[in-house]
Amino acid sequence: MSSNVWRSMLSPVIRAVKRSSSSFSRGIQTVTLIPGDGIGPEISCAVMKIFEAAKAPIAWEERNVTAIKGPGGKWMIPPDAKESMDRNKIGLKGPLKTPIAAGHPSMNLLLRKTFDLYANVRPCVSIEGYKTPYTDVNLVTIRENTEGEYSGIEHVIVDGVVQSIKLITEDASRRIAEYAFEYARNNQRNSVTAVHKANIMRMSDGLFLRKCREVAENFKDIKFTEMYLDTVCLNMVQDPTQFDVLVMPNLYGDILSDLCAGLIGGLGVTPSGNIGANGVAIFESVHGTAPDIAGLDMANPTALLLSAVMMLRHMGLHAHGQKIQTACFDTIRDKKVLTKDLGGNSKCSEFTAEICRRVQDLE
Amino acid sequence: MAAPSAVMSMSRLIKPFWGGRLGNTAKVFGASSAGHREKSTHKPPPAKYGGRHTVTLIPGDGIGPELLNHVREVFRFSCVPVDFEVVHVNSALETEEDINNAITAIRRNGVALKGNIETIHTMPPSVKSRNNLLRTSLDLFANVMHCQSLPGVQTRHKNIDIMIIRENTEGEYSSLEHESVSGVVESLKIITRNNSLRIADYAFRLARETGRSRVTAVHKANIMKLGDGLFLQCCREVASGYPDITFDSMIVDNTTMQLVSKPEQFDVMVMPNLYGNVVSNVCAGLVGGPGLVPGANYGTDYAVFETATRNTGKSIANKNVANPTAMLLASCMMLDHLQLNGYASLIRNAVLTTMNETRLHTADIGGQGTTSDVVQSVMRVIQSGGQLTTEL
Repeated sequence: MSSNVWRSMLSPVIRAVKRSSSSFSRGIQTVTLIPGDGIGPEISCAVMKIFEAAKAPIAWEERNVTAIKGPGGKWMIPPDAKESMDRNKIGLKGPLKTPIAAGHPSMNLLLRKTFDLYANVRPCVSIEGYKTPYTDVNLVTIRENTEGEYSGIEHVIVDGVVQSIKLITEDASRRIAEYAFEYARNNQRNSVTAVHKANIMRMSDGLFLRKCREVAENFKDIKFTEMYLDTVCLNMVQDPTQFDVLVMPNLYGDILSDLCAGLIGGLGVTPSGNIGANGVAIFESVHGTAPDIAGLDMANPTALLLSAVMMLRHMGLHAHGQKIQTACFDTIRDKKVLTKDLGGNSKCSEFTAEICRRVQDLE
Repeated sequence: MAAPSAVMSMSRLIKPFWGGRLGNTAKVFGASSAGHREKSTHKPPPAKYGGRHTVTLIPGDGIGPELLNHVREVFRFSCVPVDFEVVHVNSALETEEDINNAITAIRRNGVALKGNIETIHTMPPSVKSRNNLLRTSLDLFANVMHCQSLPGVQTRHKNIDIMIIRENTEGEYSSLEHESVSGVVESLKIITRNNSLRIADYAFRLARETGRSRVTAVHKANIMKLGDGLFLQCCREVASGYPDITFDSMIVDNTTMQLVSKPEQFDVMVMPNLYGNVVSNVCAGLVGGPGLVPGANYGTDYAVFETATRNTGKSIANKNVANPTAMLLASCMMLDHLQLNGYASLIRNAVLTTMNETRLHTADIGGQGTTSDVVQSVMRVIQSGGQLTTEL
């Protein structure tokens, strides 16, 4: 089936969900859903089915994001998508295609700039049943997402000499540190570790570290430690259990969050959330669009599903989140119905149906 | 070239003597030691003082002093014709007098062995990292680290054999920072064409000399298009001159993901400074930890040897629990550089025998031995070999 067919399948599902939930409109929270490209529509469909089976009080509002040129020639996301997000505050996003030579920046970057998504949160928990050399991983990486090495400011000074500017500001550092400590408190985590290279980048990482220390003063119930990036990498591959919550600037966060994703099994099973200013939060799967298997019912919805669980927890719907997560992990642990990338040969729809069945059994 | 054949004949001399007792261990480090030495037109400083070499020794902080004392002990025991000129660098001082003395000593001697000098980052930012100052002043542009799975050490991954070549002087470690507006700090990452070509050329030449088939460039050129883009372009240019070696590139976050799941796929990796820091620490962790891997910093005129992950180890200093393997192997790399291959192999084989066969492990690799236990065992193996004079 082509991805277009999948897309058209989404609308009736959304309508069905709306119909069933219209009887109790209070307590239902609307969430903006961005299916994305490639396998995006089919995994979004899977997530919606599972949510329906779990009777989660979520109504989906589907939107597409393709870059359009606004007034003044600046690239922006479609206004209806922006309006929907601003209204609902919570979003779930599938993988977006990165355009090459399309003239506009990547969609992820546009979304980040539009909603000031300053924190990228990735909880990495070992999935029982999906064997990796590392068991018992249970940590969270919180990465500053707006500045640092990814400010995109580069110059050619003279021919053959290039300078890239890494920007660290007091405000952004304080903001991410505060978010990290609040996250630790809200999710019953014991310690926050700031990752830095202040021995080399004295002023920039020094500033980041100082802000983390200041914020730590207001959160005496959480243990605060600082560790060099290289020591974290060294210890992470030897014993990941010693880490709890890690907070760091952009580049280190990029590398470390992918390193931790590798520890638990890769991007296909890793959830991710982006927290923005004004209470906006977009949860997403971080894998690619996998165009080679798009529309073939082979995709693995685990990453998007776990991101959706993160979303439920963020919204305070812990019970539903736990139910769906347990169903998902039980299905993977059982190993009877697994998609190809997890080592089985079931279809995406079969995997989804199995999780739905388990969710309903857990009622 | 005459020199490599001299090396080959030397190793053929040694191998039959040691091969029987040590089985695999000779193979493990034998080949790599030859390659490291002969990587450029550099000739090691001649032994001017009665056939003895003088090497600068910088004890550093933390576990550095005690480990380097053990190195001196082993050298004395094995009658190695090397004298050490000890230069202390006080990391608590704000002036650069100490480190300048060390640099002068290294310029004089040409070779150094060092522990890590601590950088107290509560000091004002004008006090730069001493280690970094040393590397940039002496233009030690290549940091080379060879990560190999050791048969005697339990790790999650097996069959790792990765050579990491890291640009050592520029990139993110340029120490150029300023605060233009209060609360906004800019740090400059500099990538130059000359240094990128230089390090890429070094990597390919080393790959060819050690008989390796693949070089992977690690970068983040999708985000830092100009900076890492320049680095990647330079690597590609150099690669075209080495058609016998496969060249590919990988983005750094994907690299770390691949390293923790399938590290066997990597052969030689070349990268700018910061990614080198991350990747070398990940690889060191994969083969068993910071106590096992030696590192070398090479420039056109000077060479400085140290542990690969450059840890100060303050928390375990003076407790007799540090693992001396990395520092001892680094001293062997230094001996190879000085063309004292006999002594290098002697000590290296003794260290590896202790590691792999007697399984005398320190706490960092899961054992209960002390540093002095390991060193005593190394010396016992050297002694029982019988060859302590210049017969070799």
